[in-house]
Amino acid sequence: MSEFFRTFLSRPAGIVGLVLLVIVCLMAVLAPLIYPGSPWDMAGMPFARPGEAGMLLGSDTLGRDIASGIVHGARVSILIGLASTLTALFIGVTLGCIAGYAGGMVDGAIVRFTEIFQTIPSFVLAILFVAILTPSIGTIILAIGLVSWPPLSRLTRAQVKTVTQREFVQAARCQGQSTLSIVLRHVLPNAVSPIIVAGSLTVAAAILIEAALSFMGLGDPNFMSWGYMVGAGRTVIRQAWWMSVFPGIAILLTVVAINLVGEALNDTLNPRISRA
Amino acid sequence: MSIITSLTGKIIGIVFTILVIATINFILIHATPGDPAMVIAGQSGAADPKFIADIRAAYGLDQPFLIQLGTYIGKVLQFDLGYSYRQRADVSALILDRLGPTLLLTLSAFFVSLIGGVFFGALAGKRQGTWADLAISMVSLLLYATPVFWLGLMLVLVFSIQLGWVPAFGYASIRASSFGPWDYAMDVARHLILPVLTLAAIYMAVYTRLMRSSLIEVSHEDHVRTARAKGLNERQILSRHMLRNAAVPVVTFAGLQASALIGGSVVVETVFSWPGLGRLTYDAVTARDYPVLLGLFLIMSVLVIATNLLTDVLHRLIDPRVKGR
Repeated sequence: MSEFFRTFLSRPAGIVGLVLLVIVCLMAVLAPLIYPGSPWDMAGMPFARPGEAGMLLGSDTLGRDIASGIVHGARVSILIGLASTLTALFIGVTLGCIAGYAGGMVDGAIVRFTEIFQTIPSFVLAILFVAILTPSIGTIILAIGLVSWPPLSRLTRAQVKTVTQREFVQAARCQGQSTLSIVLRHVLPNAVSPIIVAGSLTVAAAILIEAALSFMGLGDPNFMSWGYMVGAGRTVIRQAWWMSVFPGIAILLTVVAINLVGEALNDTLNPRISRA
Repeated sequence: MSIITSLTGKIIGIVFTILVIATINFILIHATPGDPAMVIAGQSGAADPKFIADIRAAYGLDQPFLIQLGTYIGKVLQFDLGYSYRQRADVSALILDRLGPTLLLTLSAFFVSLIGGVFFGALAGKRQGTWADLAISMVSLLLYATPVFWLGLMLVLVFSIQLGWVPAFGYASIRASSFGPWDYAMDVARHLILPVLTLAAIYMAVYTRLMRSSLIEVSHEDHVRTARAKGLNERQILSRHMLRNAAVPVVTFAGLQASALIGGSVVVETVFSWPGLGRLTYDAVTARDYPVLLGLFLIMSVLVIATNLLTDVLHRLIDPRVKGR
């Protein structure tokens, strides 16, 4: 374990990512302490420039504090990023395990099904899903999870297929262990590290999808989110650049951070396939 | 024989995909709380009772579930995508009307990102470890993490509002109807620049990274060493022996990105008020115009399939070995 940390911390990019990510997570956790009160409430005069009226990043068209919105928006981004990735992992890993372990007809059917889902424009499906089932944190998580699983399923299938051929799996089978126990106790633990890496990158993609959904007006109306802020500032960008610039930077830095951490994880967990 | 079998295989695949998408649409219509007829009509309360009754009869909503599904798929296969009560027009007509601008945008972005990605990726791979490589890798890392809609807004802020070089939104100038054909084309092209750059940038970042590692991989291969041993200069080696080989995985991957490209066009068209399918999607979302949304989802999926076929052709052009398959 200590070697894991040593390898991970030997990549400067990974450290930068980790520091950024810790800051974003702290913002998400401590939001009610840093900015008590709702980010939807008017905090000062509308269209205040950054630094004016005691607001670090200015205010929006309704006088809401941009900085408060960014701190509170971190909660939605992190929550939806994690929860929808868990949903995608659940669907993808389950299907991938079944396909990779069972083989034959079952495998063929699942592969075909996954391919179709990869053809479907996933963002449009997410829009359709959220619009019809009315926007809420739950439907957004479900929609993003539902469109993010295919790459995870393909990866899991490939991993499970190689691990299943190894001798210790055959040994477990000869001992008469049940299929479920073989898959859960012997196959998956040995197939899991690339799946963890892919999962971490899925969090980044999920945050981008969430931002785009709320930019389109499909966010949960009860929670402040970065995409909503950019969307709300869009029409007045000529007069007030700060309303859309700062929340966008928040999204950008968070996603970069997660991607950097994901890549460092990849170099640490899969040293053989990491880039030269 | 090979071409005919692969073609039939493709057509069966396409029909099957369309069936799956129609089924997803159908399930979504029925998954909503409330009356499915209301979903087909648009938002609840917006339609008059006679219209709702017509829908119920047309879609057989009193019939068993599977028969309803059959009726729905039958209508889809006849390109009957329903009627938009809000816009008072057939959904298929609304979509056909907006198809041109979207094709122009996505195809331009597809080629710009592919050409740009291969160019910058080859540049970075060729000069591995230099400052140029580092700069290209940094920029692509950042672009890859940028939300598309925000990138579009930032380009508008810099190139339209600050510098005034290109128009910020729309498809053509208001005076465009008085232009001659050449001036009109130039006017549309000027409006096209920012949306295409926005949509292309993210994919360019992906292709750049892919092309870079692909080129580095190819540079270690035997035939490149042979070419070098023959005394060819670096330029000839790159253009005749490395580029094509290295670009094959990039093109394959680009084909897989078609569905993401269409999704991206929704956001880009929203930012730039580009009068295509994406802008129609945004308007339909805002108005909760479900028949239009369902139809758009179907047509955009068909567009993705068409792009996949196009990449297949491209693939055959740059890699003659594919023909045998």
